[in-house]
Amino acid sequence: MAQLTLPKGSSVKAGKVWPKPDGDNIREFKIYRYDPDQGGNPRTDTFFVNVSECGPMILDALLWIKDNIDATLTLRRSCREGICGSCSMNVDGLNTLACTKGMSEVKGVIKVYPLPHLPVVKDLVPDLSNFYAQHRSIEPWLQTKTPAPGTEWKQSHEDREKLDGLYECILCACCSTSCPSYWWNGDRYLGPAILLQAYRWLIDSRDEATGERLDNIEDPFRLYRCHTIMNCTNVCPKGLNPAQAIAEIKKLMIERQI
Amino acid sequence: MSIKTPLKKVTGLGSAKSGTTHFWHQRLTALANIPLSIFLIWFIASVAGANRLLMVVMLSNPIISSLLILSIFSILWHMRLGMQVVIEDYIATESRKILALTLNNFFVIGVGALCIISVLKLGFGG
Repeated sequence: MAQLTLPKGSSVKAGKVWPKPDGDNIREFKIYRYDPDQGGNPRTDTFFVNVSECGPMILDALLWIKDNIDATLTLRRSCREGICGSCSMNVDGLNTLACTKGMSEVKGVIKVYPLPHLPVVKDLVPDLSNFYAQHRSIEPWLQTKTPAPGTEWKQSHEDREKLDGLYECILCACCSTSCPSYWWNGDRYLGPAILLQAYRWLIDSRDEATGERLDNIEDPFRLYRCHTIMNCTNVCPKGLNPAQAIAEIKKLMIERQI
Repeated sequence: MSIKTPLKKVTGLGSAKSGTTHFWHQRLTALANIPLSIFLIWFIASVAGANRLLMVVMLSNPIISSLLILSIFSILWHMRLGMQVVIEDYIATESRKILALTLNNFFVIGVGALCIISVLKLGFGG
C-alpha cells in the first residue's frame, strides 16, 4: 500500500565523519548505516577512500573501507563479477551491482544506500524473504506431464533462442526495488524480476504447465500492477528488459481469450 | 499476532484469475477515445453559442447523436478503469478503498445516464 511518509524512526540522519586517510587520490563516500542492535534512526556515515589502494569498482571501495576503516560495515557480496547478484544496492540514486559499477561513473560524492523500500537487516543488507517467496510462488522449474524421455527433453535451436534475455537474470532485485508499483504493493504485486522469471518458464518449449502458470499470475495485483513505468529496464545491471517480458505475458493472457 | 511463512503471505488468497478484461478494455477505450475525442472537440466548437433549436437540429442527426453517446460511454468507461487503478494503488485503508471504488462506479454510471438521456431527449425533439 502507498506510504507517502516515513514511519517513525526511519528518517535518515547525518552520521559519523570518519578520518581522512593520507594520499592524493581520495574519493568521498556517504554510506547508509543502520544497526538494529543499537536502535535509533539510520544515518549516513562519511568515509574517505584512498582509491589508489583499491580496485576501480564501488565494491572494491566498500571492501577497502571494511578492511581499513570500519570492519562493522555490513554488505552482501560474493562473486565480484556480476554473476551472483549479492551486492545489489543503490549507488548514486540508481539500483545496481556494486561490483560492476565503476567509481569513475559517479561524479562527486558517492552515495550508497541499500535497495529501496525493503526492510533493512543491517547497513546495506535488505531483507529479501518476500522477494524469494514470490520467486518460489511461480514454481521456477520445468514441469511436464509426459513421461520423462530416456535421454534429455529436446529443444530446437529456435526455441532455445527464445530464452535469451531471460535466463541471464541473476535475481539481484535491482529492478523490482526500483519499481514504484512494487514499493506500493510489493505484498501482492510480483514485481518485474519475478514476472521475467515467470515468462522464462511460460515461453520454454519443454514446459507443459503453461496454462496453470498463466492461471497462477492472472490477477489484478500479481501481474496487472505493472503500469509500464520502465524503471526496471532502466536499472537492470545485466541489460535485460523485464518490462518487455511483462508485456509478453499480458499478450499471452489476451491470446488465450480471443 | 500471527506467524506466517513468507510463502503463505505471498500466496495469500490465491490468484483472482481476472484482470485481463480490465487491461484489454482500458486499451480498447484508449484507442476509441482518439477519434471520438476529435469528434467531441469538433462538435463542441460547432455548437459553441448555439441556441436550443440548433442543438435539437444537430442531435436529431443519428450519426452525431450516436457518436456523442459513444464518446460519453467510451470516455467515462476509460475514466472508471483508470480511477480504479489509481484508487487501488494509493488508498491504503481497506474500508476507504472499497468506499472510493464504489463511489467511482456510482459516479460514472450516474453521469453517464444523465448525459445519454440528455442527448436522447434533445435528439428526439427536446
